[in-house]
Amino acid sequence: MPEMKEGCVKPARGPILPASQAAQAPGATTPQEVSKVLARVGKEAIDFEANAFVEGVGFKPVKLSDYKGKWIVLCFYPGDFTFV
Amino acid sequence: MSTDSRFVHKIWQEQELSKMVKGGVPFPMMSDAGGKVGAIYGVYEEDAGVDIRGRFIIDPDFVIRAMESLTPEVGRNPDEMIRQIKAFQHVRATGEVTPSGWQPGQVTLKPGPALVGKVWEVWKP
Repeated sequence: MPEMKEGCVKPARGPILPASQAAQAPGATTPQEVSKVLARVGKEAIDFEANAFVEGVGFKPVKLSDYKGKWIVLCFYPGDFTFV
Repeated sequence: MSTDSRFVHKIWQEQELSKMVKGGVPFPMMSDAGGKVGAIYGVYEEDAGVDIRGRFIIDPDFVIRAMESLTPEVGRNPDEMIRQIKAFQHVRATGEVTPSGWQPGQVTLKPGPALVGKVWEVWKP
């Protein structure tokens, strides 16, 4: 498949489960499978790849594990242009 | 990361964030369209279709050390986030542990049989 150019729709990848868990849950990207909360303190972070806007770079896919080896802060928020 | 597209992230950065933060926010602004990532991190609010205010600190071994989640009306405290990172970094470097409200330079605790029942002697909050 040719590399997808900057289109309107570009699927992200995630969660990217370790091979052992992925084997237990084939088709782990179906909505039922991913609704399970897997993140816990003291446990390994769940990897994913997301489309991102990066200042000075533009659009690029970013994987959480690209930052392995560093201290990472992962922040979620309700939406761009909201108030808080 | 929010459920907005990367296109909206770009315009938000250009139109608003860059006016509040010189040079704009320097971190990748990721899109969680569909909320799949938020769901596995326990912060996806299905009724509204958005990720709530969740924050995770992940150490260099890729282990989650801290998590916080707030409903949207109240903003976070970056000072507390930085304090937690400094505390986890100190623990990682020294094996000591940090008592409640610890700030860099303050007394830490060295866990072991000698400290049992004696915390009050070394730590005066």
